[in-house]
Amino acid sequence: MFAATELNQRDKNTQTLFRMGFMLVTALLILPVLLILATLVYKGGSIISAEFLFGDPTNGMREGGIFPALYGTVWLVAVALLVSVPLGVAAAVYLSEYAGDNWFTRVINLAIINLAGVPSIVHALFGVGAFVLFFGIGTSILAASLTLAIMTLPVVIVATRESLQAVPREFREACWNMGATRWQTIRRVVLPNAVSGILTGVILEVSRTTGETAPIMFTGAAFFLPFLPESVFDQTMALSLHLYVITTQVPGVPEALPFGVALVLIGMVLLMNSFSIALRMWLRGRKKW
Amino acid sequence: MVAGSIASAHGREDSPVKLEIDDLSIGYGGQTILDNVNLSIREHEIFGIIGPANAGKTSFLKALNRMDMFNSSMQVDGTIRFNGRDIKALRNVYALRSRIGVVFPLPVGLPLTVYDNVAMAPRLAGTTKKAELDVIVERCLTRAALWDEVKDRLKSLGSLLSGGQQQRLTIARALSQNPELLMLDEFSIAVDPVTTMRIEDVLKELRNEITIILVTNLVQQARRLADRTAFFLGGECVEVGPTEQLFQGDVKDQRTRDYIAGRFG
Repeated sequence: MFAATELNQRDKNTQTLFRMGFMLVTALLILPVLLILATLVYKGGSIISAEFLFGDPTNGMREGGIFPALYGTVWLVAVALLVSVPLGVAAAVYLSEYAGDNWFTRVINLAIINLAGVPSIVHALFGVGAFVLFFGIGTSILAASLTLAIMTLPVVIVATRESLQAVPREFREACWNMGATRWQTIRRVVLPNAVSGILTGVILEVSRTTGETAPIMFTGAAFFLPFLPESVFDQTMALSLHLYVITTQVPGVPEALPFGVALVLIGMVLLMNSFSIALRMWLRGRKKW
Repeated sequence: MVAGSIASAHGREDSPVKLEIDDLSIGYGGQTILDNVNLSIREHEIFGIIGPANAGKTSFLKALNRMDMFNSSMQVDGTIRFNGRDIKALRNVYALRSRIGVVFPLPVGLPLTVYDNVAMAPRLAGTTKKAELDVIVERCLTRAALWDEVKDRLKSLGSLLSGGQQQRLTIARALSQNPELLMLDEFSIAVDPVTTMRIEDVLKELRNEITIILVTNLVQQARRLADRTAFFLGGECVEVGPTEQLFQGDVKDQRTRDYIAGRFG
């Protein structure tokens, strides 16, 4: 009685077809990642060494290391995070926990979506106009990081807001019923349970900030700077701009050098991401409902 | 203590009024759920509310706690006086809520440890000493008939307890507020009969200290516990009276008799 009819068989074949098809498409997605990594390792892997990572560029950036750029990128990303995470989380908490659905929040939401769609070169010009010139910060780490922060703010806001809204409403009501204020509820129950989602936003932000070139090239990143920045008001070199410069602006650069820089850049992003992912997994293991 | 003398006065006409409800109507988005309820609940009584689904029982409780503030479509008209104060005119609604413990039918274990679930309300109220919190947590969990089951895992997550345990955790949490009024909405729905009886015994003791509103689908539970009982039906408060009187058939409305006898609902 369980013998397959012709119709059953056809359904089964269709099912197999779709499953294989989707699997193939998914597998194809890994291909570019693997190809990029393989090319970088193949062409630039040989140049990676302690001197490369911790040395200064010499001979007009045609030789030597990349330490000032590496150091500068860490600075830029760190300062951008320091600005955008608190701002973004605060805005998301307001939008998700306090504000109702009214014209004001709708305008804000529209602004966030539009901010996310602005090309990075436009952010760069805004950064020059606002931070470098209007606020008189000058081309510096601070100005560049602020520009990066503004650019990545929508990512942080959207990720945070979504993770806040994933915390069931019953938890909030249970707290309110005990006489907790909105803020007490947010601090004790909502935020601790949204941390892993917020971290997802931060991961995305770190990746994007590390690789961006346009927003920093007019606002704080230098073409070549033979010394390290001492404060956020100094200019700095940055990996992404350095890669752009040695690839397009400096003649006679050995082939391995740009590939090596790109490998370090990607390695840095992967390293920071793995750290965040590990942290997120640890948090998720602790908090469950 | 005065508890003994008050205990003998359960449901008596001369107990002071805890809650005075006048012309209370509740609607959601224009649809009336509860219409024109007038009743008063006295201090140190267990006030039972019985009635079939959709009678407006839960909405009634929500109005007492100003939960209409959580839901913009919930419209509450009329006056509710708590200790003589109109709760709509209250500036500090948090103080009102902290004096009212609520337990709803579906348990909500907060994603905190068992200990923190119960210690939260005292902490909100400003208790920070570990020793004091320990005492409160143990007392409330014991009263909610949960202590024996969780005393060895106070540090595990409350939201990972079983449904019945979470319900008792919710009861413990409500008690940890040291409330003047405890509102229970079908608390026994997820709790086994033996544990239900243990909690009922605790409620009888608590009556000496606080006022309790007990919404229940179990007519016999109202009979066991309530000093007075109200019968809600389809958004109407059909009848309020001393529980024993209602159960002995001394009713003003035939529908009350039928419901209690199990002829409908």
